[in-house]
Amino acid sequence: MKSLEELRAIREKMQKQLNLREKNEDSIRVVVGMATCGIAAGAKPVLEAFLDEVEKRNLSNVVVSQTGCIGVCQLEPIAEVYVPGEEKTTYVRLTADKVPRIVTEHLVNHRIVTEFTIGAAK
Amino acid sequence: MNHIRSQILVCAGTGCTSSSSPAIIAAFQKELEAQKLTEEVKIVQTGCFGLCAMGPVVLVYPEGAFYTHVKADDVKEIVSEHIVKGRIVRRLLHKEGQDAGQTTSLSDTQFYKRQTRIALRNCGVINPESIDEYIGTGGYEALGRALTQQTPQEIIDKVLASGLRGRGGAGFPTGRKWQMTHDAVSPDGVKFVCCNADEGDPGAFMDRSVLEGDPHAVVEAMTIAGYAIGAHQGYIYVRAEYPIAIKRLQIAIDQAREYGILGENIFNSGFNFNLELRLGAGAFVCGEETALMTSIEGKRGEPHPRPPFPANKGLFQRPTLLNNVETYANITWILNEGPEKYAAIGTPKSAGTKVFALGGKITNTGLVEIPMGTPLRTIIEDIGGGCPNGKKFKAAQTGGPSGGCIPASLIDTPMDFDSLGSIGSMIGSGGLIVMDEDNCMVDIAKFFLEFIIDESCGKCSPCRIGTKRLYELLTKITEGEGTMEDLDTIEELCLHLKSSALCGLGQTAPNPVLSTLRYFRDEYIAHVVDKRCPAGVCKKLIHYTIDPAKCKGCTLCARNCPTKAITGAVKAPHTIEQEKCIKCGACMASCRFDAISKH
Repeated sequence: MKSLEELRAIREKMQKQLNLREKNEDSIRVVVGMATCGIAAGAKPVLEAFLDEVEKRNLSNVVVSQTGCIGVCQLEPIAEVYVPGEEKTTYVRLTADKVPRIVTEHLVNHRIVTEFTIGAAK
Repeated sequence: MNHIRSQILVCAGTGCTSSSSPAIIAAFQKELEAQKLTEEVKIVQTGCFGLCAMGPVVLVYPEGAFYTHVKADDVKEIVSEHIVKGRIVRRLLHKEGQDAGQTTSLSDTQFYKRQTRIALRNCGVINPESIDEYIGTGGYEALGRALTQQTPQEIIDKVLASGLRGRGGAGFPTGRKWQMTHDAVSPDGVKFVCCNADEGDPGAFMDRSVLEGDPHAVVEAMTIAGYAIGAHQGYIYVRAEYPIAIKRLQIAIDQAREYGILGENIFNSGFNFNLELRLGAGAFVCGEETALMTSIEGKRGEPHPRPPFPANKGLFQRPTLLNNVETYANITWILNEGPEKYAAIGTPKSAGTKVFALGGKITNTGLVEIPMGTPLRTIIEDIGGGCPNGKKFKAAQTGGPSGGCIPASLIDTPMDFDSLGSIGSMIGSGGLIVMDEDNCMVDIAKFFLEFIIDESCGKCSPCRIGTKRLYELLTKITEGEGTMEDLDTIEELCLHLKSSALCGLGQTAPNPVLSTLRYFRDEYIAHVVDKRCPAGVCKKLIHYTIDPAKCKGCTLCARNCPTKAITGAVKAPHTIEQEKCIKCGACMASCRFDAISKH
């Protein structure tokens, strides 16, 4: 170890991993339905896409998590976005291609992507 | 996928290891491999979470679900339900007291809410065997800044300003110790930094947990101390009975060497520092500073009179800085967050926090870190969850065999150096043994004296002979042979011992006797005058009798009695022959009619 910069480089690399261990009440939660129905419909690539996108944009205030069956199996893969203090948003029939738009528009710019939501799917 | 989406933290401290957390870690490994999840889910071994009574504990992030009493058989369910499907396994969640609603998150528990974790900040959070994780929390930043931007005096000034006092027991101001060692002149310029990790008080295990959970914090603080006082070599004296702590410390030292954080020209500053472990063989007296250093020198661990103090003539006759593990664990926090912030926690004369090891008759056995000055009541009732089985809290023993008891009437005493000193107790190293109505205070005093007799090194006669005589007097009382004059003799002997013993071990040995005499004199008198043990502990003073009105003559007690002391015909009331009775209590435990009483 020859300099503080060297030390800080390691610190930054590790911080992402450690941030996961802090429960932040203000963070936005993205929950992907990962029960049998969700997995069968392709929820796994959707979950991975969310993780990829969040990592790429360095969104430290977003927690990506998974959940069981949300209940409307015919609309899977489903992901729900919880912004603190707001109604949750339910996105349906997701594919990995749709995820970057949700991340950019909803998670970053706080504009719900209406066309992917459950309301638009009827 | 190359992102870790979930982390499973499993406690690998001594408590959880002995309740088989290694098997749980192995089971997780196996299960994650079977489900092909090893690339997205990471298993992290951590240090002690503090809730040892609930072990083994497992924490799953990002949800922060806190599972307690986990068994290897539960692992499959946690992986297939929680990890795969995101459904928290509610039946394994930590349950708090009578609360039917189960607490999901660790930080929401009463046990954690009241705590301020500084010395334990990384315990149960990071993997203690990973230097990268330590650096990720800001580790070695304070060292880097100290070596490249600050003078030794600036660092000492910060430690002074923080108001930190030694956490090993005596409470000497840490900054002043650093200043004295810094100012001391060594004949050949050699000085040493030592760490006292010879934690020996019965019931105290906070130093072990820091070493197991955050060993780099001690390594970093000792290196900073070396720079501050002008030492290039440090020793950590740790007892050999702490195998996990030793292993993790050695890993931490090796990793620091590999990263160039220990060794030569650290942070390109020209400063060299090295650390070595020295294992103690478990003698209690080696926790005394002069005995500890004699032991590091390879000699028999015996104390010698002070002065000279270690700051002037310590290890190998050179100026030596010796601090306790918990003291070092506070240093980097102080340097990173600022001494003012530290001084604002606690009370004006006792800054910061203190870790207590809660044990004895308490629901939540474990480690708690609270601001100095927190009332004992908060620790016992709110954090500790009170005495189990609805028993009444009687007293708490702090400071182990060197400390004293705090009776229930003083439960609102603030826990700080001066308040405890004024009531005849002490903070000590932080062992906190809780006693309920079933504990006999004379017996407790006797227990600690017995410990001291075993551990006295025998060098000075007040301690070697005095503690033995004290023990004999207490035995006389617990056997119903004591007189009121004996109580006076005990007090006189205690005062002589305090003033004439060579080291802290002997000087503080009478404390448990004196403080129980002070607060529970009536219990001593009951033993002496009424020949009665109010708590029903001292065997020579208790009697079991059968109530003829309640006894149905079922013969169960007679069949269970190991000495055939119970006689009586079938279906007729039985009697106990007191001469034969060994007071084992087997009869009382077996009686179904509540006919046997102890008094």
